[in-house]
Amino acid sequence: MSSNVITVPVGQTDARPWVDELHQWLTTVDHKRLGILYILSSLLFLAVGGVEALIIRIQLMHSHNNFVSPEVFNRMFTMHGTTMIFFVAMPVLFGFANYLVPLMIGARDMAFPRLNAFSFWLSFLGGLLLYFSFLGGSGLYGAGSAPDVGWWSYAPLGARAFSPGHSSDYWTLALLVSGFGSIGTAINIIATILCLRCPGMKISRMPLLVWMNLVMAGMVLLAITPLSAAQIMLLIDRYLGGHFFDTQAGGSAVLWMHFFWIFGHPEVYVLIIPCFAFMSEIIPVFSRKPIFGYPVMVAATVCIAFVSMSVWAHHMFTIGMNSYANSFFTLTTMAVGVPTGIKIFNWIGTMWGGRIQFKIPMLFSIGFLFQFLIAGLTGIMMACSPFDWQLSLSYFVVAHFHYVIVGGILFALFAAFYYWYPKMTGRMLSERLGKWHFWLFLIGFHLTFDVMHIPGILGMPRRIYTYEPGRGWDTLNLIITIGAFIQAIAILVFVANLIVSYFKGVRAGSDPWDAWTLEWSTSSPPPAYNFATVPTVASRRPLWDEKHLEDPDSQYE
Amino acid sequence: MDGGREPAQVYGSMQIELAWTIIPTLIVVVLFLATARVIHAIQDAPEPAGALDVIAIGHQYWWEFRYPKLGIVTANELHIPVSVSGHPTPTFLQLLSVDTDHSFWVPQLAGKTDLIPNHPNRMWMDPQRTGVFLGQCAQYCGTQHAKMLLRVSVDGPEDFASWVHVQQKLAVEDAGAIAGRRVFERNACMNCHAVGGTPANGRFGPDLTHLMSRATIAAGAAENNHDNLRLWIQKPSAIKPGSLMPAMKLSDADLNAVVSYMETLR
Repeated sequence: MSSNVITVPVGQTDARPWVDELHQWLTTVDHKRLGILYILSSLLFLAVGGVEALIIRIQLMHSHNNFVSPEVFNRMFTMHGTTMIFFVAMPVLFGFANYLVPLMIGARDMAFPRLNAFSFWLSFLGGLLLYFSFLGGSGLYGAGSAPDVGWWSYAPLGARAFSPGHSSDYWTLALLVSGFGSIGTAINIIATILCLRCPGMKISRMPLLVWMNLVMAGMVLLAITPLSAAQIMLLIDRYLGGHFFDTQAGGSAVLWMHFFWIFGHPEVYVLIIPCFAFMSEIIPVFSRKPIFGYPVMVAATVCIAFVSMSVWAHHMFTIGMNSYANSFFTLTTMAVGVPTGIKIFNWIGTMWGGRIQFKIPMLFSIGFLFQFLIAGLTGIMMACSPFDWQLSLSYFVVAHFHYVIVGGILFALFAAFYYWYPKMTGRMLSERLGKWHFWLFLIGFHLTFDVMHIPGILGMPRRIYTYEPGRGWDTLNLIITIGAFIQAIAILVFVANLIVSYFKGVRAGSDPWDAWTLEWSTSSPPPAYNFATVPTVASRRPLWDEKHLEDPDSQYE
Repeated sequence: MDGGREPAQVYGSMQIELAWTIIPTLIVVVLFLATARVIHAIQDAPEPAGALDVIAIGHQYWWEFRYPKLGIVTANELHIPVSVSGHPTPTFLQLLSVDTDHSFWVPQLAGKTDLIPNHPNRMWMDPQRTGVFLGQCAQYCGTQHAKMLLRVSVDGPEDFASWVHVQQKLAVEDAGAIAGRRVFERNACMNCHAVGGTPANGRFGPDLTHLMSRATIAAGAAENNHDNLRLWIQKPSAIKPGSLMPAMKLSDADLNAVVSYMETLR
């Protein structure tokens, strides 16, 4: 790698009027700005989805509570799930991918910058469309109402007979619109990675983050398309007299389940694989060692992607499939555990013998490893369909997937925020607030989701707005609610940290973590063109080579 | 840059990778074989001769139970016989739904199985001890999913036989409740509810022939007593907002009469 790569452009620009600035942001096609827009929009929806979660938790604090009506409660869990999956988790991960992938492969932008902007606005406006249902759900006469059919809107509950008015149409259209956005982004990520790598960046030299986002984008194409198809079929059912899912006219409720979960399960991996990507960048840097078993990590990622396409019906063990189908999906689901386990072993192998620096990104990464392991183990439990017949649709499942999504995905995201915030803003996030954030969130998380397994085992189903006293669920639910509030406080600390550090944080410089990938070779924040000279790389860790001329990685590859 | 203090740079090890690939794979194979055996044993179990057949039908937000061989129709509270050793009497349920998806779940008796319209399912239970076991609908089915509760009473052989004997009878004719019966049959009540041996044969709501033999009303949402019955008929949303039972808006006299009639349906 030549040394002229790291040209720090001279600091720029006088202050522009804020209208100009806003106009620039709204019309931008810069992958970094779009990445930040994705992240900001998902933080907005995170706040909304979080408030919905708190309403759910207050209502369930004790038996026969009357904080909200059953109708409102049902809307809350529907909107919470839909928001968190489609308008928080996916956009924030797309945001990081947008921001990081071109920088990490030494490109000046994504392959299709305009498509990139189009995809972002589709996704964001899809979210607004979903929330417009609060006003327009009943067609603008009378009070509006958000959809209340659950985030998977099982047929025939989503049919017109059981879901009159327009509230569930907003759900359908929002998912359809944002789904097109996701497909656009996936195409863009794939094209960028395949076509825009800098000289020397062979596919076997790409940072693991890039590899994993390539796999994620491929999965988005395979997973979102059946969901979009199903939404169109549902619209045909509702408005053009179709009978795909209309059981009263011979349609099939089970068909909807298949369509939904052939999207829904790969979706989990669409969300977790970019988090694996964060771990695979952050853990090596804070262990001061290269990733253990790079080729095996790539192989395991591709393997997870393939196997995860054949596990969807483990969401349907209770629908009365025959014993062969149940056995098949038990096997495939358990099999995912093998490549996933390989990843966890490799991350531990990376830390092993390293000089671990317990900075905030590393704290969240260690939290991720621990919690993701437990989430995986409860996943194996439920892969056994006889176990699942008991635990499915109960609070045990809710605890399990929140362990994945909060304990895994959200912890990895927090690690990514603390790690790349300096690159995006030029300032470090406060370590002190970061420690408060980490410990509060960790305690809140475990209070809520460790305890939540137990009412599930005791027989408490999910999606109930209240429960009878005397079932032994009251105290547990109270503890869960308290934990949820501690998490909310931690999130407030995090947001405060984001805002305060933006103005008052320590200047980061281009490479605050002494890291090894190309994004740290340019200034923080990077200029619009990313690199003054397109870099040339000779190994997987170009900046390591540069900092260790006597012992470059390139001699081992 | 403190190159001197960086730890040894280790890039990986094929032997170790192979070890932590092969060992978990073997564990998965063993786990799978053990699980597949249990799946087969549960799902493909033949129905023995002494088994009881019940058809469970999910409605928004209550359960209908039919015993085709015994000619019994009841709601929300399932009675089944206990299995005694040497003479197993498991209950085989056929699961149907008339509207949305539901799921039959009594955690202490069996795993759950969904009730899906146009998609009949089957499950069985083989309880080994008597008692009342609580469960509820586990698949989100609409506004009142939470109060679609379920009670299974596992009875000893004599208790079960006498319960069957009572349920097979037609409704008790009680001359004292004739006024209430008229109210019931002149209003919309009989469009949705059936009372055996009378013209009321509605199927949309629970069968009321032996209403007073049940401990609860409104699918377990309230205890079956005079006050709750009265409240339920007058203002169902006070007990179960979103229930499909309409508020009957009866006069006080009619309400009292119809409640007295209900109380004769033993």
